[in-house]
Amino acid sequence: MKRKMSKEKIKKMRDIPFERLLASGTAMCAGCGALEALHQIYDILGKNTVFVNAAGCMTLLSVYPFTPFRGSWLYTSMASAPAAAQGIRDALDILIEKKRIKPKDNMQVVVLAGDGSSYGMGLSAASAAIERNLDFIYICYDNEGYGNTGQQYSDATPHAARTSTSKSLTGFQYYKKDIFAIWAAHKPAYAATIIGSDPLDLAKKVEKAKNMKGAKLILALSPCPTGWTFHSNETVKIGKLAVETGIWPLKEYADGKIVHTKIPRERKPVEEYLKIQGRFKHLFEPQRNDKLIAEIQNEVDKYWGHYNH
Amino acid sequence: MKRKLLTGNAAAAWGARLANVDYVPAFPITPQTEIIETLAGWFDEGALKGRFVTLDSEHSMVTAAASAAVTGVRVFSATSSQGLLYASEMLYAVSGYRVPWVLVNVSRGLSSPVTLEADHNDIFALRDSGFLQLHASTCQEALDMVLMAYQIAEDVRVRLPVIVNIDGFYLSFTREPVEIPDENKAREFIGEFDAHNISFRANVPLSHASAVLQGSIYSYFRYEHHLAAIQAISVFNESAEKFEKMFNRSYALIESYMADGADYVFIMIGSFATKAKEAVDMLREAGSLTGLLRLRMFRPFPEEEMKKLLKGKKAAAVIDQNLAPGKGGVIYTETAAALCNEKEAPFLISYIGGLGGRDITAEEFYEIEKEMRKAAETKKPPMARLLFSEAELEAVRKLQGIAGVEKKNEQRKN
Repeated sequence: MKRKMSKEKIKKMRDIPFERLLASGTAMCAGCGALEALHQIYDILGKNTVFVNAAGCMTLLSVYPFTPFRGSWLYTSMASAPAAAQGIRDALDILIEKKRIKPKDNMQVVVLAGDGSSYGMGLSAASAAIERNLDFIYICYDNEGYGNTGQQYSDATPHAARTSTSKSLTGFQYYKKDIFAIWAAHKPAYAATIIGSDPLDLAKKVEKAKNMKGAKLILALSPCPTGWTFHSNETVKIGKLAVETGIWPLKEYADGKIVHTKIPRERKPVEEYLKIQGRFKHLFEPQRNDKLIAEIQNEVDKYWGHYNH
Repeated sequence: MKRKLLTGNAAAAWGARLANVDYVPAFPITPQTEIIETLAGWFDEGALKGRFVTLDSEHSMVTAAASAAVTGVRVFSATSSQGLLYASEMLYAVSGYRVPWVLVNVSRGLSSPVTLEADHNDIFALRDSGFLQLHASTCQEALDMVLMAYQIAEDVRVRLPVIVNIDGFYLSFTREPVEIPDENKAREFIGEFDAHNISFRANVPLSHASAVLQGSIYSYFRYEHHLAAIQAISVFNESAEKFEKMFNRSYALIESYMADGADYVFIMIGSFATKAKEAVDMLREAGSLTGLLRLRMFRPFPEEEMKKLLKGKKAAAVIDQNLAPGKGGVIYTETAAALCNEKEAPFLISYIGGLGGRDITAEEFYEIEKEMRKAAETKKPPMARLLFSEAELEAVRKLQGIAGVEKKNEQRKN
């Protein structure tokens, strides 16, 4: 008996396309975790995509007259990239309906926004786009702060992290906003967390999103050497630790259910993730802050306890 | 062609319908909402083919509008007042996209205090946004200016978005007889939408609105934008000529009413100019050589035309329905700038009136005419005037009494 054909072709590492569609030589920092993820995402989405960009680090990918993309790009503003995705999607649909362009001229519309936009001022436009079931992919590269302006804290900054606007010994006093849950509450077609250091998990999810209609979130934790203060050759290591400590759960939402795609059975202590980043150095030096470290560990334990894995 | 009683809002919507727009992103706001309701209905019943979508804000609405225009469809939208200002970041941004589309603004005074009635502080706050501006003073013009706006915006020499302004209440909710052009003739006038070299298509990569990191290239694009805007003067005239041939209505950059041969002129914009026309008629009857100049185009500012029309006049009164606190009237300032090197320029007097829908009475026009004459005789124009009557002040005092202003002042003193 023939097996049912699945749209998803990526099962193993060797199934992942490696075309390097995104050109090198951009203005991104060495070791940029967002760029690491974007390289992989773009290879799967392919060149017939139009990236709609919100103000952030990635705005500097396309600086006149250069672009690393083989496809198209539109810069918008910090707050309204999803609205531009709406305009482009609608216009392409109208043009196809009215037979003014051929279906083969169609493009995939992709928002490319940072956490400053996605967790904050762009949320109204995103919420409305999901509610309208807009057929688009929303990539949020989450470097947990306003990275392009020198890492001030944003709604995505984790508890206790030191940023250029939370420099005290206890760092950022609030907690990271759960944007994934906010998206899931909208019942979108799909939402997934990814990380550049897990290419197979990333590829499967992006491929899934590509083949679906409706609003799809790809939320990429993006280790940031300059903002988080670590050496640019440690991006992959930090990404892996984020998953292994349970700080960055890899999961997806589809059909009303949230499923974890990687469950760290024996979670490493959060300390291992924290102590190699400058933004958490104050938790260990000059004195160890057991209370804050425990608070962070508790949050992670509570999360995984809640999901009962 | 048919003649119908239409509100200014309905007339503006008819303009969009006759332009055969593909896409209307929208957001409701008083007193504009009737425009988008009308268009939504036409999309629903199939009179318009394409898509109507309500966004989460005017900021999003303008983003969607311009992005759709970049993708290659004909776009229309409408807003008002706070909505226009909420969208203002994007209005500045998307005029630089250099794609044509038309936005109707239904003028309404800005907060604070919040109000619903008309003045022009909203539209003039966007005077430097890079959008072209056409101002209607009748419901007929609301329709006709939308049609002409598409032709001007889409002209290859211009390629800029246009705002057509109509006054809230005075036009938006006032029914006037409007001639609705024949659909086929309107389409012939505007032509098919041509995206030229800007569109998003598979296998045709385009990076649009990319960042620039250097003053020279930034300046270059901004200068190009400015020069294209200036082109809209002659493009407007060409379009008006074509419009007159097809529809038998004639539109100049600046409407001149009894101003030819006049010694004194009122300079105005928008629907209140129709009040001035009535005053001019009365003044003419009384033997005064007074006329009216009404700006139909505000961006680009028709400077040469204004100089020509004001040449040899003894005095001109600019009646601004807007107020730049700490400076005065916007049209006054711009007119004065246009005249500053002219030898035969008239004395220019600044009046502020009609804020938040406040009426400008016939008596006030007569009074202004007197002051113009006096300025010409004494060669000394008066200071800028804020129009307000004693009766109004009395009425305000009564309201303040109810609000307990005196009592509160007393309490504070104690």
